[in-house]
Amino acid sequence: MSLQPIQDPGLPTHVHRRADTDPIAAKRAERQVASLFLTSALGTILFIYAYVGIPRDQLLFLPVIGTTNAHELFLGLGLAISLFFIGMGAVHWAKTLMPNHEVTEIRKEQRSKEEDRQALIQTVQEQGATAGLGRRTLIKRTLGLSLGLVGIAPILLLRDLGPLPGNDLNETSWKAGTRLVTDPGDRPIRPSDLEVGAVAQVLPAIVPGSYRSLNDIAKDALLLIRIRPEEFNLDAERLSWTYQGIIAFSKICSHMGCAVALYEQTTKHLLCPCHQSTFDVTRAAKVIFGPSARPLPQLPITVDAEGYLIAKAPFNEAVGPSFWGRDSA
Amino acid sequence: MSQLSRYRNHRFARPVLLAFGLLLAGGLFSAANAAAESLRAEPIAISADKSTLIKEGKEIFNRGCSSCHGLNAEGAGAAPSLIGVGSASVDFQVATGRMPMADMSQQAARKAPLYDEYETAALAAYVASLAPGPASVTNEELAWERDGNAASGGTLFRNNCAMCHNLAGQGGALTKGKYAPTVMGVEARHIYEAMITGPQAMPVFGDKIISPEEKLDIIKWIKAMESEPSLGGASLGRVGPVTEGLLAWTLGLGLLIGIAVWLTAKAK
Repeated sequence: MSLQPIQDPGLPTHVHRRADTDPIAAKRAERQVASLFLTSALGTILFIYAYVGIPRDQLLFLPVIGTTNAHELFLGLGLAISLFFIGMGAVHWAKTLMPNHEVTEIRKEQRSKEEDRQALIQTVQEQGATAGLGRRTLIKRTLGLSLGLVGIAPILLLRDLGPLPGNDLNETSWKAGTRLVTDPGDRPIRPSDLEVGAVAQVLPAIVPGSYRSLNDIAKDALLLIRIRPEEFNLDAERLSWTYQGIIAFSKICSHMGCAVALYEQTTKHLLCPCHQSTFDVTRAAKVIFGPSARPLPQLPITVDAEGYLIAKAPFNEAVGPSFWGRDSA
Repeated sequence: MSQLSRYRNHRFARPVLLAFGLLLAGGLFSAANAAAESLRAEPIAISADKSTLIKEGKEIFNRGCSSCHGLNAEGAGAAPSLIGVGSASVDFQVATGRMPMADMSQQAARKAPLYDEYETAALAAYVASLAPGPASVTNEELAWERDGNAASGGTLFRNNCAMCHNLAGQGGALTKGKYAPTVMGVEARHIYEAMITGPQAMPVFGDKIISPEEKLDIIKWIKAMESEPSLGGASLGRVGPVTEGLLAWTLGLGLLIGIAVWLTAKAK
């Protein structure tokens, strides 16, 4: 059996709609379209009324939504109704009443006629000669230069993607001796200010009058937690980084950089709200669940001569998520 | 009756009956609830002197609490020692119905309190007499309406509370079935007491870390959030992109698909 090309099935037989044959149905469809347009008109009137007649601070209680602003609610509803029902009316009109006979049209050739193409080329050449493009080469070249330079300008702006961060990602504002202060409030903290089971959100102290940039806060934020010292399960070095049961961790998650601060006092677990990485405070923020690859960096702390908590040393690793060129993984 | 029974085979008869039954059941339930609500004692002035209060508190404790917390509140097993937790802890846990616990689940849930104001005060006085601890406060002592600053409270809330209790104070999930409850509709004194005592999984926010004035700021912000109208339309629980996305994908997309079907359907 040889393959036969599929026959052109032609157009399906035209089926008349009810409104095409039944004048009563046509009249009904007309009324339906008219009432849709009328609904739209009412929506616009509601919009105008809401704008003029409803005070801007008028509140209104609605079930499900609750208390909301009546002015804005009816502005939006009015506009939505007016636009939606224009569309609905137009579609219903087209579907029920407008002629729906299938029409066949043969596709036109896209290429222009040969004489039209020649005429265009001739016009361009003639006009170019009239403008003196061939004669005045200075203008032609300087125009080329200026257009070319304009093209370079946006490329130059790409420089703003830099500069590269350099060593910024490896360093924070914490230096040996930096005081821990509350965030917000900027009050220095004594160990006795924290009860067992207490936490504090902490930033490094700054010189009065200066301010913190968001980039700094994003790296410097600390969480201070106090538990009973005997509950720690740390090696001697890490234990020496704590002070009387107070331990300080970077608040920036080592997975994606969210603020890790869901602290469960009962389990001594620290959770990241974004991806549920769970860190065990008693074991130097060891990851016990979730996608994070390494513990939160711990800041060594001690107290200064006045009895306020200070950093004993800077962080010994970069805080936050991994990045290219991070020293430790 | 025969008038009505004429419609018993009507195609709307069942849905209408169902809606009527549901409304009736719901109405009866809320009416009964409201009655129980109004029966609950109004705050009564606690006038008994301290030693009587402590004595009565000990009796209530022995009856209602000692089976878990021990005869001398020393704690046992899962029940912590209550020595030194102070009256603030007792007022928070008992007056919000968290204690006594309904069952030994992960978390003591908020429910209708078992003890009235007077019994709660007696229990608090007894526990406070065991060892010094954070003292309970009354709503009247907290002048948050006068002294609180909602803007500062918002900053404090976002820094200290939002990670567990959600940015809009709606609460959120913790690990293994534990959760941070919503802070909406909580009495000012209970918000304050929760901060100074750190109930259940919540850490303590001492007065040196969040000063008493700042605590009033936080309360003011919470109360402002409670009365905040939902200007953006239905708030969907104010829990963020999950419910909003669900609604957009199901209701919004469903609506668009419906319109597309209608657009392309041929008219008869």
